[in-house]
Amino acid sequence: MSDHNHIDIKCDQLLGLLSDYLDGQTEDDVRLVFESHIADCQNCRVVVDTTRKTITLIHACNDKPLPIPDEVRKRLFNRLDLDDYLKNSAVANK
Amino acid sequence: MNEANLHEISIDALRSGDRDEFARLVDAYSGSIYRLGLKLLGREQDAEDVLQNTFIKVLQNIQGFEERSSLSTWIYRIAANEALMMLRKMRPEVNLDDQGPEEDDDFAPTELADWSPLPEAILMSGESKKYLEHAIQELPEPLRVVFILRDIEDLSIKETSEALNLTETNVKTRLLRARLNLREQLSVYYREHLPKELKNE
Repeated sequence: MSDHNHIDIKCDQLLGLLSDYLDGQTEDDVRLVFESHIADCQNCRVVVDTTRKTITLIHACNDKPLPIPDEVRKRLFNRLDLDDYLKNSAVANK
Repeated sequence: MNEANLHEISIDALRSGDRDEFARLVDAYSGSIYRLGLKLLGREQDAEDVLQNTFIKVLQNIQGFEERSSLSTWIYRIAANEALMMLRKMRPEVNLDDQGPEEDDDFAPTELADWSPLPEAILMSGESKKYLEHAIQELPEPLRVVFILRDIEDLSIKETSEALNLTETNVKTRLLRARLNLREQLSVYYREHLPKELKNE
């Protein structure tokens, strides 16, 4: 980040750890260093918060796949020679 | 996928040619595979082709499935290969092995307005959801496929690396770049909804 050169290296290092941190995959000692940095660095805190929010929004919009359209399912089952199961399976999945 | 059904699916039954079990497998995964195709290729007809080709290959190859990965990862691997193969045909100029510059400099954040506290009504409005979808489509393909498997289909880093035949380090690099790319795009979009004093311009 450009406006606090004295901690550029630390900011770069933090960026490299960002995904692991947001996925809860960082070791405790690394997590503490990470959190200590963002407590003092406004720009990094914004990047962490907005990246976390980005992932949360994407999860919220893509929680579960919608059922495929009926016509698509019908053609799929037909192609797989599963026509006999079309009705039963549809009921089972509702 | 339909987790309830997934837990009951028997690989032995699939191998023995149990059609009922195969039909249940198709219903358990078809939503996820169709969505993968749609998000990667962008067109319903292409997503349907990916869907059909994936299950034809599952049916043809289940006898040879050696369980070195989970059934789920194996199916995603087939689907991702199908989708990427179509992408190569449609856009031969795209190098799917290209994950961008060696250094992360080009992915360093530049948009620093904090839009994360915006109310849900704005963050999740119909227009915002459309923009979010558009932003995913704007990701370069090598990043998009990793992002879809990890952050939309919820595969682990290991499963994503197995499905795409990439190293875990490569998956992590692409995932970070995809997330930062989306964050930048969303920051530009949501910044417009912030009060002037918080736009950080």
